[in-house]
Amino acid sequence: MSNKIQKEEDILKEKIAQEEFERITVDAHQSERIEKPSLSFWQDAWLGLRKNKAAIISMIILLMVVIMALIGPHLNGNDGDTQNLRHANLPPKIPGIEATGFFDGDGKLAGKTVNLYEMKKVDEYYWFGTDGLGRDLFTRLWEGARVSLFIAFVAAAIDMVIGVAYGGISGYFGGRTDDIMQRVVEILIGIPTLIVVILMIMIMDPGITAIIVAITITGWIGMSRIVRAQTLKYKTQEFVLASRTLGSKDGKIITKHLLPNMLGIIIINTMFTIPNAIFFEAFLSFIGIGLQPPAASLGTLINDGYKVMENQPYVLLFPAIVISVLMIAFNLIGDGLRDALDPKMRD
Amino acid sequence: MAKYIGKRIVYMFITLILIATASFFLMQTLPGSPIASYNKLNDTQKAIVEKKYGIDKPKPVQYAIYMKNLAKGDLGTSFVFKGKSVNDLLAKRLKPSLILGAQAMVFGTLVGILLGMLAALKHNTFWDYGSTFLAILGISIPSFVFATLLQYWIASEWHLLPVGLWNDGWKSSVLPSLALAMGPLALSARFIRTEMIEVLNSDYIVLAKAKGANGFEIAFKHAFRNALIPLVTVLGPLAAGLVTGSLVVEQIFAIPGIGEQFVSSIMTNDHATIMGTTLMFSAFLIVVIFIVDILYGVIDPRIRVAGGKG
Repeated sequence: MSNKIQKEEDILKEKIAQEEFERITVDAHQSERIEKPSLSFWQDAWLGLRKNKAAIISMIILLMVVIMALIGPHLNGNDGDTQNLRHANLPPKIPGIEATGFFDGDGKLAGKTVNLYEMKKVDEYYWFGTDGLGRDLFTRLWEGARVSLFIAFVAAAIDMVIGVAYGGISGYFGGRTDDIMQRVVEILIGIPTLIVVILMIMIMDPGITAIIVAITITGWIGMSRIVRAQTLKYKTQEFVLASRTLGSKDGKIITKHLLPNMLGIIIINTMFTIPNAIFFEAFLSFIGIGLQPPAASLGTLINDGYKVMENQPYVLLFPAIVISVLMIAFNLIGDGLRDALDPKMRD
Repeated sequence: MAKYIGKRIVYMFITLILIATASFFLMQTLPGSPIASYNKLNDTQKAIVEKKYGIDKPKPVQYAIYMKNLAKGDLGTSFVFKGKSVNDLLAKRLKPSLILGAQAMVFGTLVGILLGMLAALKHNTFWDYGSTFLAILGISIPSFVFATLLQYWIASEWHLLPVGLWNDGWKSSVLPSLALAMGPLALSARFIRTEMIEVLNSDYIVLAKAKGANGFEIAFKHAFRNALIPLVTVLGPLAAGLVTGSLVVEQIFAIPGIGEQFVSSIMTNDHATIMGTTLMFSAFLIVVIFIVDILYGVIDPRIRVAGGKG
């Protein structure tokens, strides 16, 4: 054994001559140099998010749904409100795909499968079919998606603004203000969201505004509690004290020091309130106290589809798919953002 | 602890009184009258009907009477079902709702726990991705979408189970329970997975491994029991989700339960029934959240100290 080591050392000595070794010294000026380019919080978050395949795919799908919600109603030249009873209850028919046997306009009539387009002598293509009043479901679907997304985004934005303001004021000023504000929250949080939403919507004229008000009336509480906890955590820290010592006013401390630190958690929370709002809108419309006909939203479309699903399942199928895809996408993006923005969650 | 419980009970009562008051006055502002074809009646008839239901008195008096009766546990008389008290109406409908809720809760959490454990023990494998995907589906897909799809495929297309109603024994309860169970299933699967992964990486699990405990023992005896504790915290949201779900799921499957009653009383402007159901749901949820908070303190001594302060 020792022989072998001896041999290896000999070989080494033979190969590398002593003078080839060079002494290196550590340059004191270079020791503090940062090798990697420094990343801002958002660049770092994006790096983390980029690795999350599910979140990225969800973002692409969400973007596609949003684009379709904007341009979809204008794509095939049909109007979502125009009734055409001659074209009622037509199954989906898409040019090009019809040859494969899917979306070829075959539908059930009195238990038998027939091509309803040929029977009714309809030359137009209704991509996702028509409903009982002959309205184009493709157009209505994207109009509905647009309304649902609008309600969700507005409700989430209002929740965020009220929640941040309420939680921020309560946490920052503390003392008596905090006491009173928190007693109010403690009582409000006991009231089940569902009950408040339904009661509020009953006393208002049904419509988009009523739904948004109903969703936001207690929706902000979760956000306010999170923001308050964060404010309490940060306001006693040294960098806030330092800023105060240097003469910063409350407004500057809040906008410059507290809010940027909380932005991540605020965004994550908002990301999760959006699917919640989509759900409540659809829920209210489904039980019949949300949007009223002829307005379309994903909830009313699912409700319409549910009534005729026995014979025209496609009326139910497409809005059900769109709402599920939207909910899944928002949840996955929320998960991805949480992993990327919250360093504590990272493993 | 006793002080904490006392404080919580006081809050519960304040919340309930607030809900009762709010729903009472909101009812008064509702458009339309609970009395069908009100406009066709002449003044004498109106007076008779209003007197019968006690809505001829001034609002504050009505409110006082309502609150007095409420304190005695009397929810009033239904406007739609002649002469029936809301108490009777709801009592009769309680059973189907309770059965569905209990089945959904038990089935959902049990399967969810199993899925979550599977995902954690086989972390980053096919099983993990599979059950995580299932959990995302369960959280994302609204219960009414799931319920309609179940009804369409299993009941209406394949004729495996009844389409609806509550007259076919246990068979009637399978599909609605399944539709309701998706939420609890997904939520508990997700929760248990996260907790288990965290627990499995902790020092005492390493110690157990070093001492030579086998995988089964580690999974069930050490990790599972500790991962289970935090699950108690999601019981509150779970119960709220079940109540929300029951409104639509009972509607879809035509189950004569509380949720169905609530929705139909909204449609018929039956004020007394709306208020009664609202209070019942609220009381149920408030009590569940209260029990969960107390339970959590009892199970985990570390919380008790913090809870006592709050």
